[in-house]
Order: sequence, then structure tokens, then C-alpha cells
Amino acid sequence: MIKLEQVNKYYGELHVLKDVNLEVKEGEKLVIIGPSGSGKSTTVRCMNFLEEPTSGNVYINGEKLTNRNKTKLIRDNLSMVFQQFNLYPHMSVLKNLTLAPMKLQHKTKKEAEKLAYHYLEVVGLSDKAHVYPTTLSGGQQQRIAIARALCAQSRIILFDEPTSALDPETIQEVLDVMIKLAKENITMVVVTHEMGFARQVADRIVFMADGQIIEEGTPEHFFENPENERVKQFLGKIIR
Amino acid sequence: MSGIFSGGAWAKVWLYRDTFIKGFLNTILVSAAAVLLSLAIGIILGLMATSGKKLFKGISRVYVEIIQNTPLLLQICFLYYAMAFSGHSMGIIPAGMISVGIYHGAYMAEVVRAGISSIPKGQAEAAAASGFGYLGKMFYIILPQSIKIILPPMVNQVVNVIKNTSCLYIIGGADLISLTYSFVTGANTGGAYAPAYLISGLLFFIICFPLSKVAGIWEARLKLRDRR
Repeated sequence: MIKLEQVNKYYGELHVLKDVNLEVKEGEKLVIIGPSGSGKSTTVRCMNFLEEPTSGNVYINGEKLTNRNKTKLIRDNLSMVFQQFNLYPHMSVLKNLTLAPMKLQHKTKKEAEKLAYHYLEVVGLSDKAHVYPTTLSGGQQQRIAIARALCAQSRIILFDEPTSALDPETIQEVLDVMIKLAKENITMVVVTHEMGFARQVADRIVFMADGQIIEEGTPEHFFENPENERVKQFLGKIIR
Repeated sequence: MSGIFSGGAWAKVWLYRDTFIKGFLNTILVSAAAVLLSLAIGIILGLMATSGKKLFKGISRVYVEIIQNTPLLLQICFLYYAMAFSGHSMGIIPAGMISVGIYHGAYMAEVVRAGISSIPKGQAEAAAASGFGYLGKMFYIILPQSIKIILPPMVNQVVNVIKNTSCLYIIGGADLISLTYSFVTGANTGGAYAPAYLISGLLFFIICFPLSKVAGIWEARLKLRDRR
């Protein structure tokens, strides 16, 4: 479904991704964890070319992602949920949800709104269709952002630290929605610090440090007997 | 004869009112064309400056720096006399429209650039991650948000365009300032300095003041809304 092949990324002198190879299968829930600055977000952002790899290739459905075809490949396959939500503040919630389906997939207003209301219900915010995003709490905004990603009906959704900007008490409402989604046949790639979520939802966990994948495996393997010293250290600190 | 309280001077201005009306209309005409040209230049260069493409950014930067760091008077003279002496005389009014338009195009470009840059990067990323290309991203997401930031300073630029048409004087223009000057120094009409310049100033004020007011109110509203 998604394949990263020998991906390297430099910011000037800084080598943030070092020969990253990673494959995500259809329907798989992949969770990427690791310390800050380890390249987790950059890895996910390379999957839809928000960051263009300095070298190496990205494949979506077997097709090589390039600057030329990225708009179409993304439109047909990928959605994304951001740390900062990035809802469109000048549009109502409903408009946020129907914009891409109407303008990019050429659905009628009626079809798009039906879809929007359906996914608003999925995230539990049916009553917020006509308000503006900035009037909502962080947790609500992120659930709307998830509904927006769902409205595109993409087979892959990328989550870039979706709960890192939230108040502690609203984190769970977002995680609950994501857990619900994980039961569907959507391919999910999630960068997160939420270990409980990773354990519960992930088919596979990838641990990154210093721009490299240093360990990967099932949640059981990961949390019960990690091999790498760096991973043990990290888990020791983060699990309270 | 020239004093502000001289009835004769006021009578003379009234007698030659057509001169002022003609100057006023020419100033409006030159302003309108210059505003359109500066808008076109400003939008194109502003988009180029925020395109992320080095070449486009460079072109936009060079244009803005050259135009903003040389006097408008020089640009008008250059365009008018350099063209005239190389045998491509273009007429005073068109030369005024083009040079004032080019000059303010640089300022409009900065206004557009600043407005677009003020939109958080996440907005462009959300659009790109949904599969919007450049045009869709700009049209549906970036421009509707930046237009509110762009409009007030843009109206201020329009006011500056109107006032700067007075630079046409240097090439013997037919604008309000030039005609006022010809009037007060003319062999038959000369002398009524104070009333003539008062009237001329009043005419400028009548168009510029409401525009500045609109820009000011717009800006105040914007700030009020941002505070919420």
C-alpha cells in the first residue's frame, strides 16, 4: 500500500532520515513511536510528499510518488490528520467536510453533505455541523479533522501526532474515535506518544531514533521484550 | 489679488472651474488605470513571491527592490523621456498610468505577499494533503483567508496612487496638480495661488479621505475580530 525505499532527508546539513525502508500493508495499523526529533513526523510527511525525500523513493499502491503525480495520487489514496488540526477557519464545519469531496471528487452537494453528516456522527459531533471550527475545543476540532479525513474516503489515513496538541482531558475522546476507526479496513499510519493506544490498536510498531528505524514488531514483542537497548530506555521513561 | 480672502481670486478660480474639473477627471482617469495595473502586477508578483519556487521569488524580489528603492519621479522621467527621445513617444497620460502603476505594483506585491504569508503553513499543508493543487489551494483556502488581511493596506495603496499622480507634473502632465500650477502661473489666469491650491487640495481630499476612512474601519474591525 505504502512503501518507502531507501528514503533519506536532509535539512541543509542535518540528516533527519537515514535510509528508511518501510512497507505498510493494506488495512494495516502501523504505529510509529520514538523520542522527539527522531524523524517520525518526517517519515509520515514523506508518505504524502509534504516533505520531499532528498533521495529514495515512495510508492503508493505500487506507483512511484513524484511531484508531478502527487496531487492525483494523494487525492485518490491518502488523507491526513495533523497535530494542529489545520481546519479551515473561514468555513463552517460542514463546509470543511464537504469541500474536498465536492471540488475534487465532484460529488453533488447533497451527496457530500450526506457523507459529512454520516462521519460527524461517527466522531460524535453531529450537532456541530454549522458552527465555525475556532469555537470548538481542541479535542472537538481534532475529531472534526478526523471526520474531514474520512469524508475523502481514502484507503489510507496518516496521523501525525494527533493528540500532542490537546489538553489531557480531551485526549481520550480523540483516541476513542481512532480506536473505533481501527476496526474498519482503513490503512492507518499513526505517529504518537500514546503507548496505551499503540498497544491496543497497532498491528505493528516501528521505533525510530536518530532518523532510523531501530526496532519493529508486534505490540506484544515491543512492550514485553524489546531487544534494543535504546527502546528499553525509552519505554522505561515513558511508561509510568 | 492672491490672498485667501480676495474675492477676485475666488471669482477667477470659479471662472476657470473647467480647468480644475478637467484636471480632476484626468487624475481620476490616471489613478483608475494605475490602480488596475498595480493590482495586476501586485497579484502576480505577490503570488510569485509566495510560490516557493526560487526563480519566481527572485524575479519578484528584484522587481520590488528596484522599484521601491528609486524615486517615482525618476521612473516617470525615465519612461517618458527615454521613450520619447528614442522615438517611441507615448503621451503624458499613458506614461503616467504606466509608471504610477508599475511603481505601486511593487507596493501591492508586498501587500499581497504579506497577506498570503500571514496564513499559517498548516492551511496549505491541509489543502495539499487533501489533494488540492496550487490553484485549488489558493482559490478555496489561502486567498479567502488572506483577502481580509490584504484589503485594508491595499486601499491605502489606492490612496497613495491618487496622490502620486501629482508626479505627472514633472513631465508636464494634465493631472489636477499640473493644471493647478499652470493656472496660478498662467499669463492670463495667474495669481490666485491660495484659492487655487485650496480647491485642488479639497478635490484630492474628497476622494482620498473616504478611502482612508474605509481602510481604517476595515482594519479596526479586523483587529476586533482577531481579539475574539
